[in-house]
Amino acid sequence: MILPMKKIYFPLSWLLLAACLQVSAQQLPGGQIHGNFELNAQYYTEDSAINAPEVNEQFMMNAYTNLIYTNGNFSAGVRYEAYLNPMLGFDKEYEGNGIPYRFASYRQGEFEITVGNFYDQFGNGLIFRAYEEKTLGIDNSIDGVRVKFEPWKGIVFKGLVGNQRYYWNKGDGIIRGVDAEFHLNDAFPKMENWKTKITLGGSAVSRFQKDDPTFKYKLPENVAAMAGRLEVVRGAFHVNGEYAYKMNDPSVLNNYIYKPGEALFLTGSYSRKGLGIILAGKRIDNMHFRSDRNVTGNPLTISYLPSLTRQHTYALAAFYPYSTQPKGEIGYFAEIDYIFRKNTALGGKYGTQVSASYSRVNAIEFKAIDETTALFKRGTLGYRSDFFKFGDEVYFSDFNIEITRKISKSWKLILNYLNLAYNQDVIEGHPGSPMVYANIGIADLTYKITEKHALRAELQQMLTRQDKGEWVQLLLEYTIAPRWFISVMDQYNYGNEQSDQRYHYYLGSLGYTKGPNRISLAWGRQREGILCVGGVCRAVPASNGLQISITSTF
Amino acid sequence: MKNFILTIILGLPLLLPAQEDQHKAAGLPSVTIKNLNGENINTATLSNKGKPMIISFWALWCKPCIKELTTIADVYDEWVEETGVKLFAVSIDDARSSARVKPMVEGKGWEYEVLLDPNGDFKRAMNITVIPHTFLLDGNGNVVWQHASFSEGSELELIELVRKLNRGESLDAH
Repeated sequence: MILPMKKIYFPLSWLLLAACLQVSAQQLPGGQIHGNFELNAQYYTEDSAINAPEVNEQFMMNAYTNLIYTNGNFSAGVRYEAYLNPMLGFDKEYEGNGIPYRFASYRQGEFEITVGNFYDQFGNGLIFRAYEEKTLGIDNSIDGVRVKFEPWKGIVFKGLVGNQRYYWNKGDGIIRGVDAEFHLNDAFPKMENWKTKITLGGSAVSRFQKDDPTFKYKLPENVAAMAGRLEVVRGAFHVNGEYAYKMNDPSVLNNYIYKPGEALFLTGSYSRKGLGIILAGKRIDNMHFRSDRNVTGNPLTISYLPSLTRQHTYALAAFYPYSTQPKGEIGYFAEIDYIFRKNTALGGKYGTQVSASYSRVNAIEFKAIDETTALFKRGTLGYRSDFFKFGDEVYFSDFNIEITRKISKSWKLILNYLNLAYNQDVIEGHPGSPMVYANIGIADLTYKITEKHALRAELQQMLTRQDKGEWVQLLLEYTIAPRWFISVMDQYNYGNEQSDQRYHYYLGSLGYTKGPNRISLAWGRQREGILCVGGVCRAVPASNGLQISITSTF
Repeated sequence: MKNFILTIILGLPLLLPAQEDQHKAAGLPSVTIKNLNGENINTATLSNKGKPMIISFWALWCKPCIKELTTIADVYDEWVEETGVKLFAVSIDDARSSARVKPMVEGKGWEYEVLLDPNGDFKRAMNITVIPHTFLLDGNGNVVWQHASFSEGSELELIELVRKLNRGESLDAH
């Protein structure tokens, strides 16, 4: 069941017009229009060796432009999007073009009101986050109304009601949410000069979706979730914690079990100049929360369950990325950042930065509810789970160390080593896939030829016996600041057990940037893989061809 | 849909006269983000006491961003002493990694004013598509120059522009 989006344009467009008239009637000086533009397109060529399919359209494009008008406390904006047709790896549902995003908003005194589309999050997002991540094709913006109210300093209330974006339509459910945040040191004059800064927050979200009378079980129409959070800062110490609880919410994603959901997110850090230490832990139990209980994949998420593992950027380090398992996971993360100072034995002339981290994620404990009921059985509570117990199954672990050192005025070096364990079966949802153990080494060397000319080389190697075996990558990049770059890269699967599949993935790129405008071209092969941003991932299919990318801000 | 587009078209002439004034009073949009102590900061209030300021958007997962800020960190003391410039480093890391920003920034010894924009509200208001994206603002808080991406040596252009601003010269083009 999908609601048509067109209905609401009419009244909203008049509101926008009324707002414009209002603004011009007041003759406020200094109104501005700003915006941006982004285009990504590819001309595809078939490459059966690497499984790059023949593309009927030959050429496909994702593009959008934002226009935002601001004048004093008033702002309004629209975004036009065109997917003609959506590039490989993006959902076909995006096919088409139109204006899926428009809003008007104003601030007056302690009130801020937004109508139309908006993004927001409560706390860490455990029970509510509406956000966009264009590279992943994610946009779960709310279409509705939002009111922010700051009755006095240090206290912020937020309330919102709306539907979520579902490609060119909207999700079936209605989301209602409230959030309150108290900055105690601002709110109470007595605490103003305290060395300890305390922030408390609480939120509640509920989703309404009609029961389905044809379905075997009675489904809850209103599903509520609540969360409480605390942030304490004192000197070098910083603690941030949030706990969330969700009522029973049987859905296609949890096999229609009636167990309530829970999430806990806790971080503590110590930082002073030259040293940073962080410890974090989290537990997630049955926390899928969507606008529509029948939807799978990335759309219509209400809860955002960040993954605690480190997000890697070097290609082979990011080869096996982790993504949160909302069904249930328990894990921890620790990192230390340290600087060996200038003019010391280890620091050298310019100082040496070292960063090391370890993370591990396991399944939570899943125990049968009684002797006769199978685990995860439909229409039951599904399972029992001890809150503090680590399940036996390892999902992911990552030890890595990175050393950054400026060797001389013209040489810079980054060394990176990783040791990963990756449960391909669970993370990619491919039953029967192995546990992948990989060791990865990376050297990134920059040579500054003149003030504005630099050559950078990246050498990466991954050793593993599982999946596709060993890989090596070489990248060379030449830059002329601030405008030009040219690079060539080859990823070579030299250790593939199937000797006829030891492919080279070569890619050549050229880019030009002037101010906020950037254009780049790339030609070559794209390896089949997984692209992740913020713990959410999408599969990137293999492709070959010419890519073009243009971005601009005005 | 037609109605909506019609409204926009009808609405545009109303907006155009206002747009001509753009250069008189630009300033930053008003968005609430956080500092590293979890306190709310309204971006419209960011200032550097009449001196130029730099706003650089970055994230922990963005290598060129870290490279840019590490490069500038080496010379930041000298920049501040010479020109009085101030750099605000706005991290767009979300809840996944925003707690790591503070220990990392301190661990690297950066002396910038670091702010957190975990849901991209400030980023959206500034119309950013890719990071790193760096803005230069004059003493009155007007954006006078911006640049996306970083390559070795780009920082030299940036500080040269700051010096120009201090000399009262106009920054033509980008």
